[in-house]
Amino acid sequence: MSRRRHSDGDDGGQSHKRRRTSEPVEIEDRLESLICRVGEKSTSSLESNLEGLAGVLEADLPNYKNKILRILCAVARLLPEKLTVYTTLVGLLNARNYNFGGEFVEAMIRQLKETLKANLYTEALYLVRFLCDLVNCHVIAAPSMVAMFENFVSVTQEEDVPQVRSDWFVYAVLSSLPWVGKELDEKKDVEMDRLLNQIDGYLKRRLKTHVPMLQVWTAEKPHPQEEYLDCLYAQIQKLKKDRWQERHILRPYIAFDSVLCEALQHNLPPFTPPAHMPDCQYPVPRVIFRMFDYTDAPEGPVMPGSHSVERFVIEDNLHNIIKSHWKERKTCAAQLLSYPGKNKIPLNYHIVEVIFGELFQLPCPPHIDVMYTTLLIELCKLQPGSLPQVLAQATEMMYVRLDSMNTICIDRLLNWFSHHLSNFQFRWSWDDWVDCLALDADKPKPKFVKEVLEKCMRLSYHQRIVDIVPPTFSGLIPADPIFFYKYQDEANSALPGYAVAIAVGNAIKNRASNEEILTVLKDVPNPNQEDDDDEGEGFNPLKIEVFLQTLLHLAAKSFSHSFSALAKFHEILKALTDCDEGKLHILRVVYEVWKNHPQMVSVLVDKLIRTQIVDCAAVANWLFSPSMAHEFTRFYVWEILHSTIRKMNKHVQKIQKELEEAKDKLERQQHKKQKDSGDEEDMEKNSEDEDGQLEEQIERLQEKVESAQSEQKNLFLVIFQRFIMMLTEHLVRCETGSVDFSTPWYKNCIERLQQIFLMHHVTIQQYMGTLENLLFTAELDHHILAVYQQFCALQL
Amino acid sequence: MSIKLNALFSDSYVDVSQYRDQHFKGNRYEQEKLLKQANTLYVGNLSFYTTEEQVYELFSKSGDVKRIIIGLDKVKKTACGFCFVEYYTRTDAENAMRFVNGTRLDDRIIRTDWDAGFKEGRQYGRGKSGGQVRDEYRQDYDPARGGYGKLAQLQRPPEGRNSF
Repeated sequence: MSRRRHSDGDDGGQSHKRRRTSEPVEIEDRLESLICRVGEKSTSSLESNLEGLAGVLEADLPNYKNKILRILCAVARLLPEKLTVYTTLVGLLNARNYNFGGEFVEAMIRQLKETLKANLYTEALYLVRFLCDLVNCHVIAAPSMVAMFENFVSVTQEEDVPQVRSDWFVYAVLSSLPWVGKELDEKKDVEMDRLLNQIDGYLKRRLKTHVPMLQVWTAEKPHPQEEYLDCLYAQIQKLKKDRWQERHILRPYIAFDSVLCEALQHNLPPFTPPAHMPDCQYPVPRVIFRMFDYTDAPEGPVMPGSHSVERFVIEDNLHNIIKSHWKERKTCAAQLLSYPGKNKIPLNYHIVEVIFGELFQLPCPPHIDVMYTTLLIELCKLQPGSLPQVLAQATEMMYVRLDSMNTICIDRLLNWFSHHLSNFQFRWSWDDWVDCLALDADKPKPKFVKEVLEKCMRLSYHQRIVDIVPPTFSGLIPADPIFFYKYQDEANSALPGYAVAIAVGNAIKNRASNEEILTVLKDVPNPNQEDDDDEGEGFNPLKIEVFLQTLLHLAAKSFSHSFSALAKFHEILKALTDCDEGKLHILRVVYEVWKNHPQMVSVLVDKLIRTQIVDCAAVANWLFSPSMAHEFTRFYVWEILHSTIRKMNKHVQKIQKELEEAKDKLERQQHKKQKDSGDEEDMEKNSEDEDGQLEEQIERLQEKVESAQSEQKNLFLVIFQRFIMMLTEHLVRCETGSVDFSTPWYKNCIERLQQIFLMHHVTIQQYMGTLENLLFTAELDHHILAVYQQFCALQL
Repeated sequence: MSIKLNALFSDSYVDVSQYRDQHFKGNRYEQEKLLKQANTLYVGNLSFYTTEEQVYELFSKSGDVKRIIIGLDKVKKTACGFCFVEYYTRTDAENAMRFVNGTRLDDRIIRTDWDAGFKEGRQYGRGKSGGQVRDEYRQDYDPARGGYGKLAQLQRPPEGRNSF
């Protein structure tokens, strides 16, 4: 059938052919849709939907078997919250078509191997769990599953492998037991006992150096922050004691027992865990976040205990729902609130606990912070009569426990709380927190309230904040964000440089050129120099001060005005700050004029870095300098520092990417040349030139990358050095004075050091050698060294 | 392992809306292309009193903001209730569409939409009176957006004035 006959009046033939070629695609889409949507709200029961779907799929097997296999494998991997729905479906299909069941199991094993190779450990986990539940559906024979578990647990005997590797295999076994423990115990109790003993031994000898760094609260009460494997093992032990009776998981296959137990089972092929490779990236260990227990949900269903397996399953499912739907907040909220079995549990409490657990997760939340704020707002909209109260209760609880909360988590809490309030007219029962007013300002509670109010002000305006808090809180209200101009009025005329400041101001207003302004500035004396020294070209702090104070004063109206000013006088600023001291001084001046407006300081520093007037190390040195010591525990200081580190990291990544692209281009060009192999001399010469240019470019980019990486390494060295100096000084001083070193300042400082490691762990990995040799040596105070060791433990 | 079940994992908050800038220089296809690659968002339903600082703070929650251009009344050169927010990366702009769009700023639900890119002149309202078109025709009273709509203001007879 010729396709070339467009002009043919054979329209009937064309459209007929079109229909035929589009049909299979339509059918495949429909199959995907049917499979994906089974289990969702429906007028019919789940059982009849599954039965119906099994019939449809069985009929389509002859033509669409591969497609169906692929869809089912995908839902197994991507929809763990609907695990038992799909295992039941596979069970029904296996009962109707034994070969299909076998092919599915094989496809799953292939997929498991691929996901492990691709470092997709979470997905691999779901696949293992799916295979386990297939035992319940009579698709897989229990003994072969136990054999796979035995192979998994044998990884704990491997030598010279990272602990996180064996952790994963143990976790894969333990986390599947809520689903299949009963069945495996019934069929192979001796082997299962032996497995659990081996796991017990492993967990006892396993290192837990990483735990303190990952805990949200340092206190054990009211809820211990348990290491994730320890918690899960305690839950499994309890389950075992309860003779593997598990009542929470929805098990549709029970209704089909008579059909399924007629089916023939398959044996899993022997599965050898893939060997450890240097580039394997196993999941980082976790600490289980708990903030509620059965005493917190006053009415209604009781919250399952922290060591009950129900708690594990509920939390796991809620995490999975968020993972599936985080990009669509309305869907996510709806899915969370329609959790099956919600009438038997205090669902709102579970949801709030899981969300905060993710938000406070260390090193980083699984998703962007602002998602959680918006998700909670959606949940409040859908459950206006109940969820806001739970949220308020949670906030109150977290306030009460601020003293032992990790500083990084306090940051995230206050960011969330202030943003949340801004969506609800800043309504809050501030009077409930009047106790914080009696405490020293550096204690966590008043500090928290102060920083919250400051963040609220950024989202509104000063007078608003004055209006929303009771008058007793006036001491915690942020300062009015006004500019401090040194040369404001004639009262300051005695200040050195005052006259020049006025002159520069006028010059700028009259649109003088850069040369003219520099000439005016020549009159500024240099306090660093001898009077008879003619050189005058060195670092002149007064010149910087006079110019920058005046410029920023004229541009104080808005961010845009200030940015324009910096752009317009970029040349002058660059000239004035050519050396390190100059860069440091410009930052000091920015702070002096805008110290009441931390947000402005933040954005100006950002611009100064991006326009290369200051470099990242200068910002780090400035923040750690004695002149900023009194601001050291303020939230905005760390916002600036982390933003600076991120800019440095992005810069390195950008140039690395350019280098990779250039290399790829060269490779493609050379490859093309080989293929073409033209005998034209001209062509060859041209391509040689092109190659030469590209090679030059690559060399230049290579240098750029090396220089950027060197700058990046230096930045981290500066930061860590400064931390070590400050902390050591404090510890020594406390020791000689026989004073307790554990002050609020110390807690803040050491946790800020942790934060550097945690937030930038990917980048810092590259420089571990240098860090260990130069800075984190054995001579260091053990309190400081512990932070480094805990960080290393995350990768073991 | 390749299929991703696109039907199930939609990302509709990031979709391009129906709105197309009538003053765009270029054809529909070019405009669509730019919208799909854009790092810039239009933000609407702002209060006239909302400052650049407030916009910065809110929109920084989804990533580093490159610049903000506050929309101005063409005649008065004062804020007239919209702005453009430009990010360094598309990902950050997408997160704003997912998590900032439809939430409150200055107690008002703001709306974000993709923009093909700021060009000089686009910072001005296109309504006859100088503000935004929507403020020409609306009938409600909105104290944060100049009170009544411009047409409604003209229609409300002040005391002792003859009507035509």
